[in-house]
Amino acid sequence: MDVLLAQLLNSLLYAAVLFLIAGGLSLIYGVMRIVNLAHGSLFALGAYVMAWGVSRVAGASGAEPAYLIVLLPVAAAAVGATGAVVEPLFLRPLYARAEEYQLLLTFGLLLILEDAMRYVWGATPLTVSPLWASFGSLHVLGATYPRYNVVVILLGLAAAILLWAFVFKTRFGVMLRATSQNRRMAAALGINVSAVYVQAFALGCVMAGLAGAVIVPIQGAVLGMGVDALILAFVVVVIGGLGSLEGALVGALIVGLVRTIAIQYFPELELAVLYLIAAVVLITRPAGLLGRA
Amino acid sequence: MSSVQHSPDAALTLGTARDAHRIRPALWYTAALALLALLLPFLEGVPVIGWLASPFQRIQLTYGLVFSIAALAFNLLLGYTGLLSFGHAAFFGGAAYAAGLLVKYLHVYSMEGFLLAGLTSALVLAAVFGSVCVRYTRIFFSILTLALSQVLWALALKFFWITNGTDGLSIPTPTLLWGLVGTSGDKVRFLSFTYYYYVLVIFFVCVAVMGVIAASPFGKALQAIRDNEVRAQFVGIGVRRYRWYAFVISGAFTGVAGALFAPLNGLTTPDILHWTFSGKIVFMTVLGGFKSFIGPILGGIAYNYLETYVIKTTEYWQMLLGIILVALVLVMPRGIVGVFAWGSRREQRNR
Repeated sequence: MDVLLAQLLNSLLYAAVLFLIAGGLSLIYGVMRIVNLAHGSLFALGAYVMAWGVSRVAGASGAEPAYLIVLLPVAAAAVGATGAVVEPLFLRPLYARAEEYQLLLTFGLLLILEDAMRYVWGATPLTVSPLWASFGSLHVLGATYPRYNVVVILLGLAAAILLWAFVFKTRFGVMLRATSQNRRMAAALGINVSAVYVQAFALGCVMAGLAGAVIVPIQGAVLGMGVDALILAFVVVVIGGLGSLEGALVGALIVGLVRTIAIQYFPELELAVLYLIAAVVLITRPAGLLGRA
Repeated sequence: MSSVQHSPDAALTLGTARDAHRIRPALWYTAALALLALLLPFLEGVPVIGWLASPFQRIQLTYGLVFSIAALAFNLLLGYTGLLSFGHAAFFGGAAYAAGLLVKYLHVYSMEGFLLAGLTSALVLAAVFGSVCVRYTRIFFSILTLALSQVLWALALKFFWITNGTDGLSIPTPTLLWGLVGTSGDKVRFLSFTYYYYVLVIFFVCVAVMGVIAASPFGKALQAIRDNEVRAQFVGIGVRRYRWYAFVISGAFTGVAGALFAPLNGLTTPDILHWTFSGKIVFMTVLGGFKSFIGPILGGIAYNYLETYVIKTTEYWQMLLGIILVALVLVMPRGIVGVFAWGSRREQRNR
């Protein structure tokens, strides 16, 4: 029972982080029709900024939960700012051209970002596990579970609700959806499409950065984490439906659950099973479970 | 089938009308380069180009030729059919692994055996992957090829008792031509002379066959599909079936490259199955210029030099590749070939 509960919470934790990454990817695709291959690297950037910030502020010795509250938005905002620079500089010239060019360009950005992080923070992984430990652990139904992981799950939930409210209940959300449905019509109605694009791209990047920042106390910041995350985010959006936020949530839950089960019972096939699920969904429902074709 | 009509804008993008009068000089350049490549091992003493003929440089060129075959095969999809695959590592790596497993389990040390195994495995993989992937185009095609190739990578990584995991499979020097050329002698001599010629001949064959395919009515049909899928359908082309043929041919040629790569590198690691390796094949093609037949060939060779020499000078070679790729996309989408074409057009104008 307690093992089962721990596993369930683990899959929720995983799903929360995946939702943040894949939600950002999906949001960007939904509005701008760009699949950003550098998205995973932006997630890694969030992780590195957070790890670097914590070690700067707290030093090697102690870390307190308060640091999390202060540094989380900083890391997320840093990644968002990066996005706000990247979009007008690199992506804007490409909207009129074939889709392949966008993939090529964002692949180039991925290569640049990966090495830029290696240049700044070195090849040794950064860890801030004291911060994770400082949260202590929780006892539920006979199971002992790290309290920090629960915080992450709640954070993922809060992000999902906030994002939903933002997209469906605010004025900016209306503009966002209008632009995603018909760019020219939105422009004709007086919406500043360029501004919406920058903001949407930055928002997607903030989500990726937040995911990176929040995962750091658990697993640290490692080179290559971005590329791994990108592939998993692809699996999530393909299952859920590219461009759909609800789809990203459902996809993240499915991937989180499947991965936890797979690690428990057939660890060799963990990744293969996920990719196969994605392939099967694409074949049977090309637009994803919740996507609109 | 032979009467596929191009729309006027299709002819523009293909550049057929403009390229036609350049065919003769291009043929001369190609013949000269081919002759140089054939004579290269005997030019070591020649003053100006002697350095290019050193064993090290010849092995580098062999790597370049192998990459060229892969890029050429890849471009049948990107340049001719308009499909951007991020999964060609599956065919390249799959073929290399087929050779490695042949050594490990069947103790076959024949290069022809490697080629046969590589070609067969790539054909089977491409036929299966293709039947799924060609249902989609554009971004979904890219993601699907990526996901499927990652399945293979994950399997190679996790089933370490078969594939040796990250250590990879080692591939000894094979015999060539059904055992006519033995494995005796030192490895550098073998790779830089015997194997150099072996790869060169296969390279010529691949380029010739691919050239015939690209210029055939089938090749024209692929270009018609790329330029306008609906119109292609209206003139009676089975779009999905043709895409599948293109996918399988492309995969098979990439498999040949993978099989040639295996003994050259002496080791197959999961790296060459990972999607970032697919990305490298994409890079080579774009570097050379994917809107021409010859572009990927130049791109493959140029990429290998770039990697070899840039890795030597900086630890951050990935960043440099990234910057080059971004620059190519933004200001030079026609790649190296585009630069040459620009130069020759200026030349003509001056004349």
